[in-house]
Amino acid sequence: MKTTPIYGIMAEFDSASDLVAAARKTHEAGYRKIDAYSPFPVEELAEAIGFHKNRVPLVTLIGGIIGGGSGYLMQYWMNVDSYPVVIGGKPYHSWPAFIVPTFELTILFAGIFAVLGMLALNGLPMPYHPVFNVPRFAMATKDRFFLIVFSTDPKYKPAEVRQFLENLGPRSISEVPS
Amino acid sequence: MAERMDEVTVANRQAPVIEPGYTFGTVTDKISSIVLNRPTSTGWFIGFGIGFMVTMMLLFALGYLFAKGVGIWGINIPVGWGFAIVNFVWWIGIGHAGTLISAILLLLRQSWRNSINRFAEAMTLFAVAAAGIFPLVHTGRPWLAYWMVPYPNTMQYWPQFRSPLIWDVFAVSTYFTISLLFWFVGLIPDLATLRDRAESRWAQMIYGILAMGWRGSARHWHRYETMYLLLAGLATPLVLSVHTVVSFDFAIGIVSGWHTTIFPPYFVAGAIYSGFAMVLMLAIPIRKIYGLEDFITDRHLQNSAKVMLATGWIVAYGYGIEAFMGWYSGNRNDTFLMWNRLHGPYAILYWSLLLCNIAIPQVLWIRKLRTSPVALFFISLVILVGMWLERFVIVVMSLHRDFLTSSWGMYYPTRWDWMTYIGTIGMFLTAMFLFVRILPMISIFEMRTLLPEAEVKPE
Repeated sequence: MKTTPIYGIMAEFDSASDLVAAARKTHEAGYRKIDAYSPFPVEELAEAIGFHKNRVPLVTLIGGIIGGGSGYLMQYWMNVDSYPVVIGGKPYHSWPAFIVPTFELTILFAGIFAVLGMLALNGLPMPYHPVFNVPRFAMATKDRFFLIVFSTDPKYKPAEVRQFLENLGPRSISEVPS
Repeated sequence: MAERMDEVTVANRQAPVIEPGYTFGTVTDKISSIVLNRPTSTGWFIGFGIGFMVTMMLLFALGYLFAKGVGIWGINIPVGWGFAIVNFVWWIGIGHAGTLISAILLLLRQSWRNSINRFAEAMTLFAVAAAGIFPLVHTGRPWLAYWMVPYPNTMQYWPQFRSPLIWDVFAVSTYFTISLLFWFVGLIPDLATLRDRAESRWAQMIYGILAMGWRGSARHWHRYETMYLLLAGLATPLVLSVHTVVSFDFAIGIVSGWHTTIFPPYFVAGAIYSGFAMVLMLAIPIRKIYGLEDFITDRHLQNSAKVMLATGWIVAYGYGIEAFMGWYSGNRNDTFLMWNRLHGPYAILYWSLLLCNIAIPQVLWIRKLRTSPVALFFISLVILVGMWLERFVIVVMSLHRDFLTSSWGMYYPTRWDWMTYIGTIGMFLTAMFLFVRILPMISIFEMRTLLPEAEVKPE
């Protein structure tokens, strides 16, 4: 056992309620490097493991501003400065006509930033991850709920963590080799 | 998504959005086994084969078009738009239901959408892809279509952005990109489910690569949900803008029957109308064949029927306003256009349009028909035909007799027009057949959130 370093200790639960309760207790007990896994989004779970910093909205906003701003300036430069042509007697700077591509580019960039931002902040794509070493973890995308205390946690002591998780009433406990 | 099925059912006293008795495990098994375990049926091969052959006909028609030019079509002056634009608008309209269901109904917390959003989104993608073919080949020299994109070039030329046709390029390409993103990120958690449940090494690897290592971490879900909500918020004005911009293609012109302010809302309503009709035409056979009546229940059919009834009336209002403005504007050309629609050489199409889009769908007021899959299937078919006729009426009937009587003419589609049109239907069906075979057609993780056991009980 000593030869493989341990990534963390993982407990398996039967329901979302049990997982949220367990995650909350673990966080209250002072463990900070923890994570919880569920087969569908559980609103309360992020709160329970003490995760608050969500920068996806900011990234999306930045994308929207870049898309809209550059979209308008692009049209202005192309139709007013670089290649001015009189069309239907309209002024070079026909701003109402530029609104439509500006709007579309705002949405396009905001959407792309939202998706890529979410993936990047989540560290995806990540084909390999130590938690996949636990055979039972395959159930995390079906109907099981998992809680893990990482070995990087300052309070991490294998025996203590195992005992603590044992007391939360899990279905099973596994060590996660890294 | 937070809403639970039992609350919804009790509140509305209707058929449930998912039949009782399911658990996380059985929902997962039922949907994923269609892809992973169910043997591919002969019926699937037959359907796919027909779709594929019709797609080959499309490629043949397009190949001949590239060799000969658009002269093989029925278009000529005065009707230069013809089938290509009729079909473009028809397909784009159908493509509206997917994003409407995924985005707008999500924001409105209509949790019944969870079982139909996935394949409605797929339908959107394929419909927009089919739509995109038409304006491209209608340009006459599709190999130069990239000229519409602003890129630095040796001609020292830039697109000019005062044209609604350039707006269309931006609107449709943005719509396709955002719809694709929406559909793909919606698939990620389900791809992870398939990865973990697949038995063959190849399936594990392919689904694994596509799932990008999704493991359902609470941090990931939190960002994911935020992103999904933001994307829905962005897609909502987008879906309304796309058909608005398509209607600008007409409304910005001065041709009678096009130059009207009712076009944007009336086009968007018509798009949703035909989109839901297509959703029903796909959902009804799919739920029957794959035994998914427990997930796509009578409730879904009924709600979709109600949406069609409502949007159908907005469309009817649009027709009413067109007729009214023909009279009220006092403009001779507008008045003539209305007369020409009712009594001209294409009058039969206009009357059929009124029959298909306004008269027949009124039977949806009858509750019994709203819950009868067979009736809904045929009513949807009638609506799709009606919406196609609407675009024909708008495009061809406005152009064929405009301001100068000396330039009047008639438009008749050729066999190449029909082959291209029917070919895109084949392409659409081929893509749908592939989709239901290799990807989960119902969002598994969103179905899990509808189950009573998904609720977190307070301690």
